[in-house]
Amino acid sequence: MPPAEAHITVTNLTMAYGSFIIQRDLTFTVRRGDIFIIMGGSGCGKSTLLRHLIGLKPPAQGEVRIAGESLWAAAPEAQERLKRRFGVLFQSGALWSSMTLAENVALPLEQYTDLSPARIRQQVSLKLALVGLAGFEDYYPSQISGGMQKRAGLARAMALDPDILFFDEPSAGLDPISSRLLDELILELRDSLGATVVVVTHELASIFTIGNNSVFLDADTKTMIASGDPKQLREACPDPKVRTFLTRGEVGAQTA
Amino acid sequence: MHSITVERHRPNELRCRRPTADTLLVELSGSWRLQDEIPALTAVEQALAAEPRVQRLAFETTALTAWDSGLVTVVLDILHLGAQRRLVVDQEGLPEGLRRLVHLATAVPERQGARREAIRDPFLARVGQETLGLLASVGDLLGFIGEAILALIKLLRGRARFRPVELTLLIQACGAQAVPIVTLISFLVGAILAFIGAIQLAMFGAQIYVANLVGLAMALELGAMMTAIIMAGRTGAAFAAQLGTMTVNEEIDALTTLGLSPMEFLVIPRMLALVTMMPLLTLYADLLGILGGALIGVTVLGISPAEYVQQTRAALTLSACAQGLIKSGVYGMLVALAGCLRGMQCGRSAAAVGQATTSAVVTSIVCIILASAILTVIFFRVL
Repeated sequence: MPPAEAHITVTNLTMAYGSFIIQRDLTFTVRRGDIFIIMGGSGCGKSTLLRHLIGLKPPAQGEVRIAGESLWAAAPEAQERLKRRFGVLFQSGALWSSMTLAENVALPLEQYTDLSPARIRQQVSLKLALVGLAGFEDYYPSQISGGMQKRAGLARAMALDPDILFFDEPSAGLDPISSRLLDELILELRDSLGATVVVVTHELASIFTIGNNSVFLDADTKTMIASGDPKQLREACPDPKVRTFLTRGEVGAQTA
Repeated sequence: MHSITVERHRPNELRCRRPTADTLLVELSGSWRLQDEIPALTAVEQALAAEPRVQRLAFETTALTAWDSGLVTVVLDILHLGAQRRLVVDQEGLPEGLRRLVHLATAVPERQGARREAIRDPFLARVGQETLGLLASVGDLLGFIGEAILALIKLLRGRARFRPVELTLLIQACGAQAVPIVTLISFLVGAILAFIGAIQLAMFGAQIYVANLVGLAMALELGAMMTAIIMAGRTGAAFAAQLGTMTVNEEIDALTTLGLSPMEFLVIPRMLALVTMMPLLTLYADLLGILGGALIGVTVLGISPAEYVQQTRAALTLSACAQGLIKSGVYGMLVALAGCLRGMQCGRSAAAVGQATTSAVVTSIVCIILASAILTVIFFRVL
């Protein structure tokens, strides 16, 4: 694969809640078409980093650039335009509970396109069919299982054919098989839609199946201590902490 | 070989060709994205209808410049047309990504019975269902009151379990923190009552009886009722929202699995807090209402303060004050019960919490007014 252009560039990002610093000096690049993993132990700021990337929390310092345009320095309209190219799947789906699945998926289409109701219905059915939920249009989120809610959340995230899909812990709360199916779906969507995918996860199986680039956040030093292809990091990362993480603590067995 | 061209001057074009007698080739060119206008599929339908010999459906997309899921739905529709006529479909001509999406969208067949038809029951059936639902909800209410009474008996025997800290926090929340709004409302209610009464009584030259009117009205009914309605909106709604959110987050289930009865642990402290605080707030509201009335009496009607106090003291009896206080205790119990009941019945979604809160306030106010009517009649007969 030829080296693709940079899609998301993060430079010297410092994240903080008030004066409490979560992570500092984060610098990395996500290339177009990457499946980029944000990993690290619990509480190291993975989800906070995601909130910076999707425009929910402004950085204390540093910059996030989407396709060359600064997300946080942009004028509000430009920022809205950038954000409209994002699709975000939140940890528990975050479906709007007072709307049916069809209404959930249709809302972004109704708000941001001038498609006719008939075409919106077509798109909604397509997006639900893509995640394997054909025929569930008229269900409310509370009437379907957790795994289905997550897939419906993905259908909503894909409503506007986003350039970048963000996933916060996609496999949390899913059984191993559902979680593998979701991984395959992510790969499939990247290949067919050509989207860039950013995933927050600490699920090793997922990390190695789908990830081709990553950043490892460390809670002790409060910065990133590794980046690159997770499979290579497992074999050859100079930092033992990263290898320990990627081998579930069996680093001795792996290096032997 | 003939071709049908559909609507020119578009960003995209759909043509049907017949390279061989039994093949229909659908040519897609230009930009087929969500925001592009997309032609209807009548051309394909017409071509298929015109040529019953067609056996194969193929695609040609070399002139396609841009596509996204806007095109996927079009292709799915064409495939659907083909499937209806049992044609052999050759997807080779489609871009690879699009082929994968089509495959993905059709990979999981629609689950049997998942789709729901909107069935509308006949009118009588719906009336029946509503009535049964209403009866069931009355049953729920009675069951809840029964459980609450059992928990209260347990409490009296000293065996109910809850955290005392929680009780003090609740007393603070529905006692001290409610004082400002009770002050404002009851003072103004007293003043308004005095003002309206004054206009009527002045016609008989009996302005001094404004003190009787305000004093008795506040002590007998209005002090208790205004406080109860404030507390229904303020505290009953808060109880319902809090317990409802706890239901959504499975916190109630967590208590139950620990063997802690939510009734003892959550409902009893709330009931105790409201039942003890309501009479105190009502006493305070009575006093503020009389003060409000006095302000109007002294400033507008020219009654001297000493006269007003004397008249009020003559009008108010201990039994009138006691009636108001007993009522307020009952109202407090009803508000706490309605709030907790609706919170515990809450469904598991954000919308359900909203419904629970609304329903708690409505139930409280209905119960307050009903109880007020019943108690007034009872007191009138007994005293």
